[in-house]
Amino acid sequence: MKEVAFFAGAIGALGGAIAVIALRNAFYSVLALIVHLISLAGLFLLLQGEFIAAAQIVVYAGAVMVLYVFVAAYVGNVDEPLWEPIPGQRFIAPLLGIALFVELAIAITGSSLQAIDTGGPTVELGFGSPSAIGKLLLERFLIAFEAASLLLLVAAVGAVILAGRHRSGDADAPQEPA
Amino acid sequence: MDITWYLVLSAMLFAVGVSGVLLRRSPLVILLCLELMLNAGNLALLAFSRSLGNQDGQVFALIVMVIAACEVVVGLGIIVAAYRRRIPLNVDDLRSLRG
Repeated sequence: MKEVAFFAGAIGALGGAIAVIALRNAFYSVLALIVHLISLAGLFLLLQGEFIAAAQIVVYAGAVMVLYVFVAAYVGNVDEPLWEPIPGQRFIAPLLGIALFVELAIAITGSSLQAIDTGGPTVELGFGSPSAIGKLLLERFLIAFEAASLLLLVAAVGAVILAGRHRSGDADAPQEPA
Repeated sequence: MDITWYLVLSAMLFAVGVSGVLLRRSPLVILLCLELMLNAGNLALLAFSRSLGNQDGQVFALIVMVIAACEVVVGLGIIVAAYRRRIPLNVDDLRSLRG
C-alpha cells in the first residue's frame, strides 16, 4: 500500500517538474508546479511530516502559487527567442542535469549510511504533528523562528519598494534611479 | 519503503530543476525551477528526519519554505519592476545590474 502511494506521488512530482520546464507557456508552467507541490505534500505525509504537508498545501500550493499566477497573468507570456546564445544549449542543459543526477545517485547509493536502507525507526505517535513541531519552533529553534519572521518582514517591505508604483511623474515612463 | 527511494527521487527532482535553470530564459520560469530545487531539498530533509526518527529536520524544512517564500516575493517584485520599465524579460538581455 505504501509502495503504491509512493510511486503515485513520485510520478506526480516528477511529471509536474518535467512539465514545468517543458511547457512553453509560463502560465501552464505555474499550474504544473501546483501539481508537483501537491504530489510532494503526499510524499511528505508518507514520511510522517503531517504539519509540513499541510503547510506545503496551504502556504505553497495556495498562497505562493496565487502570487505566481497573478504575475504570470500580469506579465503575459514571455516568448523566448529560438536562437541560442550558447550553441546547442537545449541539448547540453539536459545532459548536464542527467550527469548531476547520476552523480547524486552514486553518492546516495554508495554512502555507508546504514539507516537509509531501512524505512526508518518506529516513531512515537505524534511525530511531525503540529503540536510537536510548534513546540520545537518555540523552544529549541526560537531564534531561527524569529529570524525567519524578520526576514519575511524585510522581504515584504522590499517587494513593495521594488514593485510599487512611483508617486512622482509618469509611472510608465523610464525613470532615473533616485 | 527504504529511505533511499526518497533520496533518489529528491536527486531526480533537483536535477530537473537544474536543467530548467540552464535551459529556460524566462526569469519567471527560472524562479519556478528554483522552487523545484528547494522542494527537492525539503524532500531530502524530511527523508533524513524520518530515517533518524528526529523532528529537527522538519523544522529545517519549514524554515526552508519561509526562505523560498522570501525569494519568490523579491524575485517577482524584480520581474514586475522590469516589466513596468519595458525591460525585455529575457535573462540573456538582463546582464547589467544598473537600473
